[in-house]
Amino acid sequence: MSRLPVKKTYKLYIGGGFPRSESGRTYESQGQNVARASRKDVRDAVVAARAAQPKWAGATAYNRGQVLYRIAEMMEARTAEFAELVSGRAEVERAIDRWVWYAGFADKLAQVLGSSNPVAGPYFNFSIPEPTGVVGIVAPDEPPLLGLVSRLAPAVVGGNAVVALASETSPLAAIELAEVLATSDVPAGTVNLLTGFRAELAPWLASHMDVNAIDVTGADGLRSDLERAAADNVKRVVAGQSDSQGLYEIAAFLELKTVWHPIGV
Amino acid sequence: MTEVEKRRGAAPVPRDWTYAPAPESREIVALHERYGLFVGGEWLEPTETYTTVSPADEEPLATVAQATPAEVTHAVAVAREAFIDWSALPGSERAKYLFRIARILQERSREFAVLESLNGGKPIKESRDVDLPLAAAHFFYYAGWADKLEYAFPNREPRPLGVAGQIIPWNFPLLMLAWKIAPALATGNTVVLKPAETTPLTALLFCDVVCQAELPPGVVNIVTGDGAAGAALVDADVDKIAFTGSTEVGKAIQRRLAGTGKKLTLELGGKAANIVFDDAAIDQAVEGIVNGIYFNQGHVCCAGSRLFVQESVAEAVVDKLKRRMATLRVGDPLDKNTDVGAINSRQQLDKIEELVAAGRAEGAEIYQPPCRLPERGYWFAPTVFTNVAQSYRIAQEEIFGPVLSVLTFRTPDEAVEKANNTPYGLSAGVWTEKGSRILWMAERLRAGVVWANTYNRFDPASPFGGYKESGFGREGGRHGLAPYLAGAVQ
Repeated sequence: MSRLPVKKTYKLYIGGGFPRSESGRTYESQGQNVARASRKDVRDAVVAARAAQPKWAGATAYNRGQVLYRIAEMMEARTAEFAELVSGRAEVERAIDRWVWYAGFADKLAQVLGSSNPVAGPYFNFSIPEPTGVVGIVAPDEPPLLGLVSRLAPAVVGGNAVVALASETSPLAAIELAEVLATSDVPAGTVNLLTGFRAELAPWLASHMDVNAIDVTGADGLRSDLERAAADNVKRVVAGQSDSQGLYEIAAFLELKTVWHPIGV
Repeated sequence: MTEVEKRRGAAPVPRDWTYAPAPESREIVALHERYGLFVGGEWLEPTETYTTVSPADEEPLATVAQATPAEVTHAVAVAREAFIDWSALPGSERAKYLFRIARILQERSREFAVLESLNGGKPIKESRDVDLPLAAAHFFYYAGWADKLEYAFPNREPRPLGVAGQIIPWNFPLLMLAWKIAPALATGNTVVLKPAETTPLTALLFCDVVCQAELPPGVVNIVTGDGAAGAALVDADVDKIAFTGSTEVGKAIQRRLAGTGKKLTLELGGKAANIVFDDAAIDQAVEGIVNGIYFNQGHVCCAGSRLFVQESVAEAVVDKLKRRMATLRVGDPLDKNTDVGAINSRQQLDKIEELVAAGRAEGAEIYQPPCRLPERGYWFAPTVFTNVAQSYRIAQEEIFGPVLSVLTFRTPDEAVEKANNTPYGLSAGVWTEKGSRILWMAERLRAGVVWANTYNRFDPASPFGGYKESGFGREGGRHGLAPYLAGAVQ
């Protein structure tokens, strides 16, 4: 007697849990019913991200690096599953290697981007990079996994929490990634992944007053509108490439703090 | 009431002797009756003009150009043409031009300082000892970077962007010009700069320095005018906009640039917390509080406009502060004794008065030391509000005047939470004798600059800029080069 397989329900990833959309709606993509997130789901995800961010930023850089490396380990074990949902094994392997690359950058950022500044006065003056806070990411449709990881990894490595909108046309890899994140010691709420219609969700994310930066890399025709909405609270607007890796990608999500510390006896 | 208490309540200024006036002579400044637009190394006759005044007595100083959109467009075209040769010049040669400018500013610093105080209303003591030395130092600092960009950003092949449109405020007219022009030129860009409507004169005198330094025509272009001229510059064919000013205008510019691909840096408003712990050196802290809010009449984006005092020392600090305030000399900006000068414009005075009225209406307790304000001109006495709640407008909105709101806290955690409770994030001050607490606080304050046991200190080597709605991008230091380079990282 053949066994009836247990099918997966594709849900959102918010605050470390897997809720259905608050709206109860779904849409069909890649032959599956996928959750169609609503404005309220965006709001919940931002709340979760804001709550999680201080703890994630407060973790040591060494620890954040290890957590990112753990993501790579977990993905590696699921290579075959991922490969079926995206363009193929090569894309998965590049996405895994991308996590490893960023994992190794976590405890080097302050050294590469910071400085001590020789001011005229009895002060030790130094500048250090800090996370900007909560980052909204509009991930590109293609490549669905590598594109998402290419934007997500540089945002989280510096201590930001993220609300990301997955590829609209191929969202399944993002949900698979959520399952990886949920089992990789990434604190709940640090990364939140939403599936649904970009045109419906991205404007809410871009205009949300508790989001500090918006990545419009996958915004396509929405880009101007999102950039305009971002001005409501002077968001940092980041427009990267769907498939790039580098220090700039990280620095775009960082602030710089300068401290004047007195020298004296 | 004991004898001691009675005496404490009385005005502490001795009545028997007064300061003799010590005005700086205006003669060193040769004002033109009329100024045009400085484009391509020449003065263009403007189509529209307005009159700029001295805020201290409303005396008309000169007629200056109100640049039209067509004139702004022309200036940008000239800057674009000049970019070809300027960007091709070896960095070492660009450096020498900037060194020259720094030297000329040092040489002519008295002239600039007098003009700055005349047109802007700030005390000569400040324009002489702060604005001018820092402006010259800024050019000197960035001159040295011009031929070392590959050391600043290794393996990035940094390239200039093209034409930078720069819009600056009226609180530090020449210094803000230096903050904008020095890094832009060092990195090989050309600029079109619009000074603030109320303070165009030192920027126009700077054109003289540009000529004296024999800077190639079109590398620096100055167009004067109001917000409409600024909007025209934002819309013109520039590659980058650098703006310092209010958060409201900053947001409007960000909206306007949406989807254009033009680069943008914003240095906007603030509502900085100046936090005094019970172990701080109180006298030193009171000096820092005064410098934090009454420096430049409080027309400072990073002014320490919210004072947080630990509850156990609050009374002592506020008492000392009030006594210190009574010794501040308010009056003629050109008098070398003056501590607090004129409010920059009628419009700004109206805004300060509106917010102070709101503070009273909401229930805060006001204190202003006895001082006689001049009858003509725009003036506002140093003011402190006690009994302020976090929700009051005077604790939330940027006043940009000599008005301090005092709040209290009990624990370091509470201080951090209250300090961060605004949409702004430009600067903060911490006063404590404990080094570990300084760093603990500095780590948690969401602000671009944190001063410990000091306030309102600036240096060309020290990056300056905001978090949150105080803007993005940095000016000063190696980091200040990045906004003017393609391929550069923060």
